[in-house]
Amino acid sequence: MKKKLLLALALAASFAAQSQTLRIGLAEDPDVLDPTLARSFVGRIVFSALCDKLFDIDEKLNPVPQLATSFQWAADNKSMTIKLRSGVTFHDGEKFDANAVKFNIERHKSLAGSNRRGELAPVTTVDVIDEFTARINLSAPFSPLLTVLADRAGMMVSPKAAQANPTAFGSKPVCSGPFKFAERVAQDRIVLERFPNYWNKANIHFDKVIYLPIVDATVRLANLRSGQLDLIERVAPSDVASIKKDSKLSMSRITELGYQGITINTRKGDGSNPLAQDRRVREAFELSLDRAGIVQVAMDGEATAGNQWVPPTNQFYAKNVPIPKRDVARAKALLKEAGIPNPTFTLMTPTTSDGQRVAQVVQAMAKEAGFNVKIQSTEFATSLNLADKGQFDAYVLAWSGRADPDGNLFSFYGCKQPLNYSGECRPLWDDLLNRSRNTLDTSGRIKVFATLAAEAAQEIPIVYLYHRNWLWAHNKKLTGLRTIPDGLVRVQGVKM
Amino acid sequence: MLNYFLKRLAALVPTVFFVTLIIFGLQQLLPGDAALILAGEEQDPEVIAYLQKKMHLDEPLPVRYAYWIGGVLQGDLGESLRIQEPVLGLIKDKLPVTLQLAGMAMVIALLVGIPAGIVSAVGKDTAWDYVANMVALWGLSTPNFWLGILLILLFSVSLGWLPASGYVSPFEDLWGNLAAMIMPAFVLGNGIAAVLMRHTRSAMLQVLSADYVRTARAKGLGERTVVLKHGLRNAMTPIITLGALEFGTLLSGAVLTEQVFSIPGFGKLIVDAVFNRDYAVIQGVVLFTSSVYILLNLMADMAYFLVNPRLRG
Repeated sequence: MKKKLLLALALAASFAAQSQTLRIGLAEDPDVLDPTLARSFVGRIVFSALCDKLFDIDEKLNPVPQLATSFQWAADNKSMTIKLRSGVTFHDGEKFDANAVKFNIERHKSLAGSNRRGELAPVTTVDVIDEFTARINLSAPFSPLLTVLADRAGMMVSPKAAQANPTAFGSKPVCSGPFKFAERVAQDRIVLERFPNYWNKANIHFDKVIYLPIVDATVRLANLRSGQLDLIERVAPSDVASIKKDSKLSMSRITELGYQGITINTRKGDGSNPLAQDRRVREAFELSLDRAGIVQVAMDGEATAGNQWVPPTNQFYAKNVPIPKRDVARAKALLKEAGIPNPTFTLMTPTTSDGQRVAQVVQAMAKEAGFNVKIQSTEFATSLNLADKGQFDAYVLAWSGRADPDGNLFSFYGCKQPLNYSGECRPLWDDLLNRSRNTLDTSGRIKVFATLAAEAAQEIPIVYLYHRNWLWAHNKKLTGLRTIPDGLVRVQGVKM
Repeated sequence: MLNYFLKRLAALVPTVFFVTLIIFGLQQLLPGDAALILAGEEQDPEVIAYLQKKMHLDEPLPVRYAYWIGGVLQGDLGESLRIQEPVLGLIKDKLPVTLQLAGMAMVIALLVGIPAGIVSAVGKDTAWDYVANMVALWGLSTPNFWLGILLILLFSVSLGWLPASGYVSPFEDLWGNLAAMIMPAFVLGNGIAAVLMRHTRSAMLQVLSADYVRTARAKGLGERTVVLKHGLRNAMTPIITLGALEFGTLLSGAVLTEQVFSIPGFGKLIVDAVFNRDYAVIQGVVLFTSSVYILLNLMADMAYFLVNPRLRG
């Protein structure tokens, strides 16, 4: 009798373990679930359970193998040979091999509307060496390649499924990750089911993952507290104190790869923007700001103050350009020197709550140095349009960040690059950016970035303010969460 | 009556046509470039050019309108560029949710608003009247998002009786569905009940002081018959108009309430589409909801005939 009871209990326990569902609250509804077309940060969270990549990154931002097992740069650094994992299948049962790698990279480069084309611009062709070896050929050495392949450009979809459904693949994506796509109800839920043939299935402890977009941070937290969710991303910094007091909940925090900054329109030479007239005005503006104070007031302390495109803890942070201390007297002196003691300019900010708080704090701080900052709160799509047309003085703009500093830099500082809203166009900077791409060794790249940081600190096209913390709150019973700076929730190894 | 009905029905065609012009025209006033926002963070110029071409943003306005209206006439409302789903499919997904939420909110509003209005009118200047007026004032002045969050904190976080947010199909789990919908329906119904109560009260007060009501009382009819048969029936016309308008508004999506309770209805769909400049979704959903609104108005006009025999002549 006792044995039967134990057996029944064991069966019940194993059933419960097998039918577990992980419910994750997202801050937004993801966009299209096709790695080639996808654009949003939040979509990358879903992809991390749905689509495996050639590489992943670890806590220290080092590339680690995922679908690849090893890589080898050619002697001239103009190609990389990648050995692939054998025994991997896509969710539709198709085999993953070097042909699939070739198909995917070519799809990323050629599909109409692809958002990966820019990231893979230096890639020219892909050769299939043998069943599990592929070679990626480049037009020039490209050091960020590994981290690019550790993001959406390295995600592999089933060639058969992508060819069968070329126009709407994103509504039924077929990849090779630990979970396969089950259903999506727009703005309500995305349901993924465990993929039984996953190559690393021993590391997967849930049967289903359900992503629920809940825009309001308070409601997201209420759902976690009431037990309807197991984990929520992007907790509001103001809720951290109450979560800490809750015995059922835990918190995780990671400094992001991106930044919050103020982009200055340096090309507005019509005299209407004092920041564009003289670099000393920009320096005075920067010196009027107390970054630690901004972090405290705008982010409740949930960010790391910074003055570069990577956080001070990053190995590529240029130590020769430390965070300048607030110096109102020096700022006033600089303005006097420049002959503009009371510059007036408009600070455009998207209507996000942290953007607006930043603008208000900056306005108050800069006023003490003599600046008259007018805040222009503009809905994001409109602000982007104004920035694109160069119709702004200064713009509070955040960037979600990439694992390699190149992703935070090239498009912002390169001459005529799409995100170069400041309008700075300097051949030396282009040269430094290209050198950072062509140099493969870390110490060499650190030197290049140090030179660029010193240059940027002189011209100040962007005043970097801080690097936000990714804040997650979750059920205390949830273990195995990895805090990787890209802010993506990796389901491998997570248990309840 | 049939003649009137057919005339009204025929008038629908030009009305809907003008609505399409207004929807398309107003959308052009939205600031910002749709291709820029849909291109995402990277702002790849090739992607922007591709999106501009796909959305016909490089064509003159009349050509773009022709593309859209041509599709609409063939039953194709276009595709959401943000999530790669046909707009018609999105409407089909959201319609039952929005209909149920609007229906439940309306039932709550009618069950509370009309009886409260009658009681308040019949017992004018009594304690009942004051209480009903105070409750109505509370209903009118309570912001939906605030009430919603308070209800979530009470019934979901503290008491654990109801789910905090989300939607379950009634075909999957009827009780789960009702549990998920009751709070948002109450929040929505609350404000409308207050409006209905105020209108019912003033319409009833007017009717109850009419000569025929005095006559009805004089010939010895019971108070119940006087109030319900002679009073309420005549007071119903403005209430029906108002009810239809409120129901139409609910069908176009309860933006804040859907956001707070994460109800995947038209409100959330349209807000996301506006912020992401997903033009096909905005146009499709607004066209659909405004057509429903026009139909509801027609139905309200028809309902006057049923309650008011004088109009049938």
